[in-house]
Amino acid sequence: MSLAATERAEATLRMRPLRDARFTTLLAPALLGVATIGLWQLVVDVFNIDAFIVPSPQSIWSEFLDSRSSIWHGMLGTGRNALYGLLIGAALGILGALVANAVKVIDLMAVPIVAALSVVPIVALAPVLYTMFGAAANTARVIVAALTVIIPVYVNTLRGLRQVKVVHRELMHVYAARPVFVARAVTLPTASPYVFTGLRIASSLAVISALIAEYFGGPVDGLGKAITTAASSSNYPLAWAYVLGSILLGLAFYVVTLLVELRVARHSSPSTSTVSL
Amino acid sequence: MTHALTDDAVTKDGCAIRASGVGRVFAGTKGHQVIALDDVHLEVAEGEFVSLIGPSGCGKSTLLRIVADLDHPTSGSLTVFGKSTHQARVDQDYGIAFQQAGLLPWRTVAANVGLPLEVHGVARSDRQTRVEELLELVGLTDFARSYPDQLSGGMQQRVAIARALAESPRLLLMDEPFGALDEITRERMQAELVRICSETGAAVLFVTHSIPEAVFLSDRVVVMTPRPGRIIEIVDSRPTAGHARDDEFRDAEEFFHTIARVRELLHGGPVAAARGVETR
Repeated sequence: MSLAATERAEATLRMRPLRDARFTTLLAPALLGVATIGLWQLVVDVFNIDAFIVPSPQSIWSEFLDSRSSIWHGMLGTGRNALYGLLIGAALGILGALVANAVKVIDLMAVPIVAALSVVPIVALAPVLYTMFGAAANTARVIVAALTVIIPVYVNTLRGLRQVKVVHRELMHVYAARPVFVARAVTLPTASPYVFTGLRIASSLAVISALIAEYFGGPVDGLGKAITTAASSSNYPLAWAYVLGSILLGLAFYVVTLLVELRVARHSSPSTSTVSL
Repeated sequence: MTHALTDDAVTKDGCAIRASGVGRVFAGTKGHQVIALDDVHLEVAEGEFVSLIGPSGCGKSTLLRIVADLDHPTSGSLTVFGKSTHQARVDQDYGIAFQQAGLLPWRTVAANVGLPLEVHGVARSDRQTRVEELLELVGLTDFARSYPDQLSGGMQQRVAIARALAESPRLLLMDEPFGALDEITRERMQAELVRICSETGAAVLFVTHSIPEAVFLSDRVVVMTPRPGRIIEIVDSRPTAGHARDDEFRDAEEFFHTIARVRELLHGGPVAAARGVETR
């Protein structure tokens, strides 16, 4: 019994990679970061480089602190568009994959469309969408973000849905389970690691595309708009401070998705379902 | 068979499975046809333990899959409790266990055992009570909240058996459930299965390729031969009166005698004469 308890403890540990992180795994990248910023500052100071080429980290940071309320405001604006886009796109992607998985014909019909969509530079649609939905609304930005999200979520979810084991499928058949139950109890949990891979890719993409879409017009709130405005008024440290804000926003999206994944998908890694003797 | 017939799953003739002239032909490569089953007649009475044994390709798993409505015969007919296999499946007249435990890795042991109950809308509190009973039956009460990947292969298989028993089926279908286990675990699982069957009174259709396993567990052993898959003979393997199916039975003379008989049938002649000779 104590052996089983140990095994259980080990298994639990395995499922929480974050807790397993060593001090050195945090220290090494932190050191590299500090060294890089230090070198950057040094180079700018020593060679007296102009701010319009590269501003110093110090000036960016002081701009960041001075304008933190407007950066925060911009993060909220862009973040909201990215979040709506992410949610809508993810829902459509997952739904589409479920349908394509269930109906073979739709899957086959979707293949060329997905291939075509994945090479379209979707942000380039932004000007067209602004004309369609009006430049005073955020609709175009949300749509751009959603469109970028759909493809990776769809492709990964569909791959995940195909990982359902024969024995699980037959079990559900023998139970005469309804399709909705099968999806909830077997198909989606099987697919969830793949869905989350798609979502992780999509979460950063949503922020990037929502932000870039602001370059092409629309209302004045948002980081993308702020970056272009600051740059056009030659306030380069401020433009970079907004860039720092968008990095933080992208990271926040990524980390939140990762945390949700760790919480939801803990027992569904493929390696854990093998029979050990 | 003159029980009071209260359960609508019970047929008047007391037959759990009735196969008459069942055949299954697969379309093979290059237009070849593979006859997986040919003219199989078999009746499994209620509460009876019947094993299907034979070399790979003899159609034993195919027969079980037909009973479970996972496959369909190309000729003949097969009924489960007097109903079509489809109806029996919809009515959930049987439980099933495969060679792979097939547990859902993201569910706890308790949630895995309760899965069929959940599919069929049993209320949560009833489900909990039943799952506790079942886990006690297979000796895994302490592991209710564990996840499958934290259990050994034998324990996982016990969870799968508990799951198969969840709805107290009158028929259990088992496709080499102990095939992936080591010999020691296997014998212990066999003993547990004997106990569980005597406690629940369920009929069992058991696919295996272990002769001792078939003889130890079964009332009757159905010996099958491949290409085409046919029944050669059905060997009665009930212990004689006064004998129980326990570890002592494994040492009994009649046990060895029946094993020798089944082996002879599988080799197509007396074993001594067949030694070293390709008999297939």
